[in-house]
Amino acid sequence: MAKFRGAIVVDTEHCKGCNLCVVACPTHTLALHHDVNGKGYHYSYMQNPEACIGCASCGLVCPDSVITVYKAEIK
Amino acid sequence: MELNDIIKEENLVLKKSRLLTDNVMHYCPGCTHGVVHKLIAEVIEELGIQEETIGVSPVGCSVFAYNYIDIDWAEAAHGRAPALATAISRLHPEKYVFTYQGDGDLASIGCAEIMHACNRGENIVVVFINNAIYGMTGGQMAPTTLLGQVTSTTPYGRDAKLNGFPMKITELLAQLDGTCYVTRQSADTPAAVRKTKNALKKAFQNTRLKKGLSFVEVVGTCNSGWKMSPVDANKWMRDNMFKKYPLGDIKDV
Amino acid sequence: MAEVKLMKGNEVIAETAIRCGCDGYFGYPITPQSEVMETLMLRKPWEETGMVVLQAESELAAINMVYGGASCGKKVMTSSSSPGVSLKQEGITYIAGAELPCLVVDVMRGGPGLGTIQPSQSDYFQATKGGGHGDYHLIVLAPASVQEMSDFVVLGFELAFKYRNPAMVLADGVIGQMMEKVVLPDYTPRRTDEEIEKQCGDWALTGKKNRERHIITSLELEAHRQEVFNEKLQRKYREIEANEVRYEMLNCEDADYVFVAYGSTARICQKSIQLAREQGIKVGLLRPITLYPFPTKPIADLCSKVKGFMSVEMSAGQMVEDVRLAVEGRTQVEFYGRMGGVVPTPEEIVEALKNKFSI
Repeated sequence: MAKFRGAIVVDTEHCKGCNLCVVACPTHTLALHHDVNGKGYHYSYMQNPEACIGCASCGLVCPDSVITVYKAEIK
Repeated sequence: MELNDIIKEENLVLKKSRLLTDNVMHYCPGCTHGVVHKLIAEVIEELGIQEETIGVSPVGCSVFAYNYIDIDWAEAAHGRAPALATAISRLHPEKYVFTYQGDGDLASIGCAEIMHACNRGENIVVVFINNAIYGMTGGQMAPTTLLGQVTSTTPYGRDAKLNGFPMKITELLAQLDGTCYVTRQSADTPAAVRKTKNALKKAFQNTRLKKGLSFVEVVGTCNSGWKMSPVDANKWMRDNMFKKYPLGDIKDV
Repeated sequence: MAEVKLMKGNEVIAETAIRCGCDGYFGYPITPQSEVMETLMLRKPWEETGMVVLQAESELAAINMVYGGASCGKKVMTSSSSPGVSLKQEGITYIAGAELPCLVVDVMRGGPGLGTIQPSQSDYFQATKGGGHGDYHLIVLAPASVQEMSDFVVLGFELAFKYRNPAMVLADGVIGQMMEKVVLPDYTPRRTDEEIEKQCGDWALTGKKNRERHIITSLELEAHRQEVFNEKLQRKYREIEANEVRYEMLNCEDADYVFVAYGSTARICQKSIQLAREQGIKVGLLRPITLYPFPTKPIADLCSKVKGFMSVEMSAGQMVEDVRLAVEGRTQVEFYGRMGGVVPTPEEIVEALKNKFSI
């Protein structure tokens, strides 16, 4: 069975730090960053990027559509 | 494998819908409206009906829905969206017309309009966001507010003697012969989001088939109004709202 | 070929709507104008011209359906009578705020409240001063005959589209219910999608295709931008006031006194003029045809030639305020009216004139 690795790109300036993606992530990839964006929100980021499987759960629950998800097969 | 090897166009799995505008949503962090807006945009994009779709936004938090989805919109008076949609659909029978309404708009002030649009079987889609509170005006009691739920106008909790009971408007509307598809969904988990998207897609497809009125309720959160974090609000919703407002299809003709 | 018929005022509203290419009528039954929708339902214009006719669940729904239809650049209308028009004010102010064209017919009955089903003119303020909330005006046409019920449906739509503003035909129960000879207009086909695109293409909801999305709304949270919009509306009203005043003068050339009256009251005044002149009192009539914009200048121009004006209305005295504003104290302004659905007789109007001006 093929194995996948994923990655996300967060539009950090438009992230509102609601934390829903962090909770939705099944592999504990995500966390809210210690730093804040221009609006003062602790934006979401990949704390453990190697854990990401590209399942897109984070993007699905994101109310602000700030997450772009990529997924590649490990060859 | 480096991140740069993954983050490539050919590996794209999910990105913001082309139909969502670049306007930053005015909603509070974690608001369900944002998720449902996104799903509507995705469904319209995937069905290829951007040029044929006209939305009607309500009064309430989602009054500015027209700022976010790149289609033609009318902004209705409070509760009257189904009346506007009725005329738009009748005068443009080939178009996909939908209303987007909250619980105050649809179940309180617009009760007559939604009842009769459903009863006439208008060939439209109604998206109903039920978060059991008036968000825009600062967290007052809605018809769908749960018994005991604290709002700014039920500061001691909703009391049936004083305020009546939580209204299951969706079940009422399912009784009307003009509705073809009535469902209740949520948007709190990835699986729930997928289901809601499928429901919305089916609703718009029903318009294409001229089947009548499709009604999609999404039980959502108002974490600001409920005075909780977005994550806690989702939990509270699952523990409390779902008991009164169970998820699933209510009618599918 | 023009067609001559004997018809009720209310029926003529319906018949003319069909003939002038109206796209949709949305109504709710109320006396004394229910014949409008009844006539439409009997005529089945959806089979003939494709016009949509729908009985709504309430006046609120009806006017908001008009709002929806007007958003699409369609030629849509509703009709009602006083209590129903009060309910419609919500939608009317949204339509005015969103700058949409539509036609509202009000066949007035007496009020306040449920009042009476008899004719009245007590909704002049409501019609001409806005009616709902916010600074806005309707273009208000006041028919005085069944013929004008027909003419003003056509004219009302024309002005509504010209200015992107709701227009109102303000009739009273007499004009709505009476039968008269009417010359009906020839059929004008409903506009095609291409014609609507040409006329309303820069704002109407037609589906976002090769253009920016259109948004019909009256909402603007930023105060300064809202003020800019209000100023734009006011400029439009000044333009309407400059270009669209319509009125009729009768026997004013040699008149010492002038009745100002509209609708059915203006017809009664014509008989009063005859009776007064038989008694040697030279009276004329100025009949405002547009109540908004009001014929202020024609009245002002008469001030130096007459001894006084008497506004005759089926109300407690509403239009008389606009007459006084036009006269600005230059001559005597009096009022005579009946209320509650009572229609004044020509004789009592002459008596009132003699009493008020000590003739």
